[in-house]
Amino acid sequence: MGVEYLILALIGFMLIAALVAVETRDLLSSVIALGAAGFALSAIDLLLGAPDLAITQVGVEVITLVLLIRAEVTRRDTSTPALRDALRTGAVLLAGGLVLAVVLLAVGAFGDKAALPAFGEPVLAGGGAVPPGVSKDYLEKMTLTRAEGGTGAGNAVTAVLLDYRAYDTLGEATVIFVSIIGAYAIIRRVGRKREGESL
Amino acid sequence: MKHSGMTLIVRSVARLVTGFICVFGVYTAVTGHVGPGGGFSGGVILAIGGLLLVLAFGRHGSLSLFTEGRCRVAGAVGALGFVLVALSGYAQGGFFVNGLPHEWETGGTILLSDLAVLLNVAAGLFGAFLALSAFRRRPREV
Amino acid sequence: MGIAIYVLTFALLLIGIYAVVAKKNVIKIIIGVLIIEYAVNMLLVLVGYRPAAQSGDAGTPPVIGPGISAEEVARASVDPLPQAMVLTSIVIGLGLTALMVAMGLRLYEKYGTFDMDQIRRLRG
Repeated sequence: MGVEYLILALIGFMLIAALVAVETRDLLSSVIALGAAGFALSAIDLLLGAPDLAITQVGVEVITLVLLIRAEVTRRDTSTPALRDALRTGAVLLAGGLVLAVVLLAVGAFGDKAALPAFGEPVLAGGGAVPPGVSKDYLEKMTLTRAEGGTGAGNAVTAVLLDYRAYDTLGEATVIFVSIIGAYAIIRRVGRKREGESL
Repeated sequence: MKHSGMTLIVRSVARLVTGFICVFGVYTAVTGHVGPGGGFSGGVILAIGGLLLVLAFGRHGSLSLFTEGRCRVAGAVGALGFVLVALSGYAQGGFFVNGLPHEWETGGTILLSDLAVLLNVAAGLFGAFLALSAFRRRPREV
Repeated sequence: MGIAIYVLTFALLLIGIYAVVAKKNVIKIIIGVLIIEYAVNMLLVLVGYRPAAQSGDAGTPPVIGPGISAEEVARASVDPLPQAMVLTSIVIGLGLTALMVAMGLRLYEKYGTFDMDQIRRLRG
């Protein structure tokens, strides 16, 4: 039970960091607050039993911080928001969130005949009203020899990512490749000289 | 600041530490099928190693080793390598079938896919950072 | 307890949507998209959590090692499938950040400001 309270405290910390990141007018402070939220997310990943995600989240957080600080050419947010606009948007979002929560509770997403499993009983376990999914199958198959459908790998996440569901990883490699080429293409023209302009 | 590097302390520490970071990234990727980690984590850590080099020495200091052209080639080699590993499963009966015999490599083609993903992710992320750091900070007059 | 955790994650998602919709600075909009991505990844990993045997420990990662046998992993570990999907999602999110920062830099170069109101005004 202690772990769940710790997760709750860390999510509360992430909420406060996110609010600071969104509302403060000094752009450097907001980027640093976002970095704090990302590191708290990495700690939550460790508590939830996902060490691969924790490593990747720390690395991605560092690269994101460097990119965002690079993007800040100005240091202060000098826009003047109209208070009526922001309040109206905030009220609409709050109402939408409450309506969604009420609809989900009515439909029974958190109950027994749940679409979303209760916290602590994943679909894998096969308990409750939700039948066990494919992950139970993958975990049980993992120690068999290659001919019977096993992989011979020890890390279930890598086995799922690169053997059982390798199509998705192919799609992901393509998406990374295309987004990096997109970033090149957008930034690319900057280095060239135009006529009449000295660098 | 991008083009002139940082102070002496940062440069000395970066000289010592970057090698360890890169080795740790490759280690995480290669033992991905035995312990936590895998291709994506290793690729991100390897990109961070290169990032430290560029931040500490300025863009020109690291250009001798990691140019943008090499990054693009490495990223393409990684993506193509992944597709080749997928196609090689045809020798055993289908697309993406895990083909290598059990004596060579316990994980099968997972190790080769890990290395391909490592190249793809690391070269892609580091190359994008190099392209963004070449941007000059002068706004055009409107 | 479970419902409280899900509700707080949803609140984080709402903060991110508020930042994207109501803020006028381009950097704040990028920060909003990143907060939405954190919230969604966290929700996906939370769905697959199974508590460990002793009540104070963290969840058991789904790794078969020299000290852990396969039956124990299949009986007591967390769900590996959401983790695999979230792993690719995190790295794709980084590619998305690089693309957004590139677009933000081009906007600044063309208009000289990061303020969306002035950019909208200047376009006409």
